[in-house]
Amino acid sequence: MMFAYYFQLGLRSLRRNPALTALMVMAIGFGVAASMITYSVFRAVSGNPIPDKSAQLFTPQVDSWGPQQNEKGDPPDALDYTDAMALIRTHEAKRQTLLYPVQMSVMPGGSRDLPMAAKGYAVGSDFFPMFEVPFLYGTGWSAQEDESRGSDVVISDQLNQRLFAGADSVGRTVTLNGHDYRVVGVTSHWDPRPRFFDLFSTDGFDDASDFYMPFTRALDLQMRTGGRNSCRGKLTFTTWDGWLQSNCVWITPWVELDSADEVARYRSFLDSYAADQQRAGRFNWAPNVRLRDVVQMLDHEHVVPPESRISLIVALAFFVICLVNTIGLLLAKFLRRAGEIGVRRALGATRREIYAQYLIEAGTVGLAGGVLGLLLTAVGVSGVGILFQPQIARLAHLDLSLIGLTMLVAIVATMLAAFYPAWRAANVQPAWQLKSN
Amino acid sequence: MSPQIKPILIALRRHKAGTVLIALQIALTLAIVCNALFIIHQRLANMADLSGVDEANVFVIKNQWAVDASTQQVDAQVRADLLALRQLPGVRDAAPASGYPLQGGGWDNFVTMTPDQVEPTTDSAVYTGDEHLLDTLGVHLIAGRNFHPDEVVELGTQQAIIPPVAIVSKTLADRLFPDGSALGKSFYAMGATPSTIIGIVDPLHRQGTSQWNQPYAGQSLIWPLRADDARGIFYIVRARPGQLAAAMREAPKALYAQSRMRMIDPKDGIQDYAEIRHKAYDSDRGMAILMGIISAVLLAITAAGIVGLTSFWVGQRRKQIGVRRALGATRGDILNYFLTENLLIGIGAVLVGAVLAVGINLWMVTQFEMARLSLVYVAVGVIALLLLGQGAVLAPALRASQVSPVEATRSV
Repeated sequence: MMFAYYFQLGLRSLRRNPALTALMVMAIGFGVAASMITYSVFRAVSGNPIPDKSAQLFTPQVDSWGPQQNEKGDPPDALDYTDAMALIRTHEAKRQTLLYPVQMSVMPGGSRDLPMAAKGYAVGSDFFPMFEVPFLYGTGWSAQEDESRGSDVVISDQLNQRLFAGADSVGRTVTLNGHDYRVVGVTSHWDPRPRFFDLFSTDGFDDASDFYMPFTRALDLQMRTGGRNSCRGKLTFTTWDGWLQSNCVWITPWVELDSADEVARYRSFLDSYAADQQRAGRFNWAPNVRLRDVVQMLDHEHVVPPESRISLIVALAFFVICLVNTIGLLLAKFLRRAGEIGVRRALGATRREIYAQYLIEAGTVGLAGGVLGLLLTAVGVSGVGILFQPQIARLAHLDLSLIGLTMLVAIVATMLAAFYPAWRAANVQPAWQLKSN
Repeated sequence: MSPQIKPILIALRRHKAGTVLIALQIALTLAIVCNALFIIHQRLANMADLSGVDEANVFVIKNQWAVDASTQQVDAQVRADLLALRQLPGVRDAAPASGYPLQGGGWDNFVTMTPDQVEPTTDSAVYTGDEHLLDTLGVHLIAGRNFHPDEVVELGTQQAIIPPVAIVSKTLADRLFPDGSALGKSFYAMGATPSTIIGIVDPLHRQGTSQWNQPYAGQSLIWPLRADDARGIFYIVRARPGQLAAAMREAPKALYAQSRMRMIDPKDGIQDYAEIRHKAYDSDRGMAILMGIISAVLLAITAAGIVGLTSFWVGQRRKQIGVRRALGATRGDILNYFLTENLLIGIGAVLVGAVLAVGINLWMVTQFEMARLSLVYVAVGVIALLLLGQGAVLAPALRASQVSPVEATRSV
């Protein structure tokens, strides 16, 4: 009841000092909008792409480069062929996959059309259950297919749309780089961002992949990685086999470990593997391994661009200055009405009531600032392509939670800023004011 | 100039909250604006980097092969394609490449001075091309010679071939041989055999513009290799002056006439250098714009805040001003009073703000590997904010000076 009345008073007071009020509303509006625009980008790039399983999925790293050539003490971010094969053969984890990106051509309408580029991954059969890939039709291939090095393929709903007009294409044939593959599954839309499973070759925000093919088949076809390939020392390879035996790293491994016990066991397995390599003379340095889960890996690979962090920090600092500005202006606005407060106090209003009234009045300023902030945020989010790289900018969007957050932050921040000015208003001495009037 | 500092200080003590708020706002604004301007300057400096390429006339075709083929087959196709491209009327020259300055690919090798050295001397971007590459890019050969056609060899898929000769950028030459004697000398770039420097170009930007590249900026080498990778190749094409658009239209047609089993992305398969540069500096430009907007709005809001609070003070003190005027103070005295008051607050604030600005920068240095803030920025920021304060306070101070001595007699 009192709240509604004070709220009305607040709205009326907005019109009393239009210039001062406009200034406060603009300060709050700009401050909150800058914070929200940069936050919308930060939120998109810093999210956990697989929240329910991120603590069970791990990337093992083995130092095959040694202390003089590794990444400042850290093992390389991917595995070379030798280590990748050795780790996968042991079946130490319940589920495990190796993967690397591949690029191929697709013929959409037989030989009349021009070939189309398609991006995909060579993966193991466990890839689909491990990463909870959703299927529209069919499923992934079986572990037996991995062994028999079959020509199965899982395609994305997008590629399925282009090739088969969206029909159930399980059992049909696609031609990739001139080789035929049998479609065993079509995924529903699946494009985790950041693309946590391939942070070695992508920055986490590439275009969605079109297909997934068996890792073993890709090796048989001697398919080179479509992603990064990083080497150390002297390079002498001139053939496929020579490259496989080199220290070049290009394969990303993933294992699924469900309990702390399993994690500890796998860690000691990695250690003993590296120790074996040292004993065999392949490594002449002490075991140096890592086992990072999804969140640790996202952090390790610096998936959040520094630009996104810096702009969020600067925007928040900007907001703080806007609030300091608001404190000063509220102080001026409230104390200008010291006479009025004195009269009210003399007529029996308690300090508490004055305090509440002025806080609520500040709330109305915050509300107005929030509305302006929301408009500016909407404009900013749609124009965020000017400020960030397109693949990151397109992830930012204005949704209900961002709208709610904008309003909430604007109102709460303004009321926090009003604590001191409202306290000063509540402490106005009635006698003083009455005297000079 | 101002004989009345002491009374001002005493008066300010009666407005502690307002004084602190204005000072805090000026200090924080100074800290943020200094750092924002510094970021803008750095990003603009990145964007002004020279690529070494004749950017007005050069474009790049990203050509992917559609079927698996042997190195010999790919090589035959590459040679035929290049012949077709060079015969186009609008084309001056064309070259095969594995990457191009500013954006394409990311091939770099560590460089050592001896074959047994483990710790690399430095890192160099690696470009491959034939004897047409220099003319196609339009880079300036400042010493030595171009490749001879018979020095160019095939580079098959994922082969590590180290040619005996190389052309290097002046930056790399100076890094390896600071005494300027690079021509004719050798280095090792992750090979068992050395490459001898036969030519020096200046400048030649790396493929990448990311932070990782900064310590090695401008260090690049060209090897005489025809990139016959089974996956694909970049064709770099230099149009005749004024014929860029026409050449970009004709080039893919000429290639598809050679063979249809290739993929040139309709969206970004062919890019001119304006587009390449635009994309390469996306995030630099974005940061500069964002920091620019924030700085401008911040200065405006701080100025407006000073106007608002000072106006309030003037309103509060109308009577006192009237008394002073009645006691003989001139309008100039009143104006001077408010300007001096603001200057005193401003000086206190910029001292705090300067320390804060440096502190924020030092923190950013540890967090984001940013460069140290140059003190020139702090000095410029200090002067700018003091002037801003004086400008902002001028209107309310002028209004105060208009207060009539009659006010002194009101409502007493």
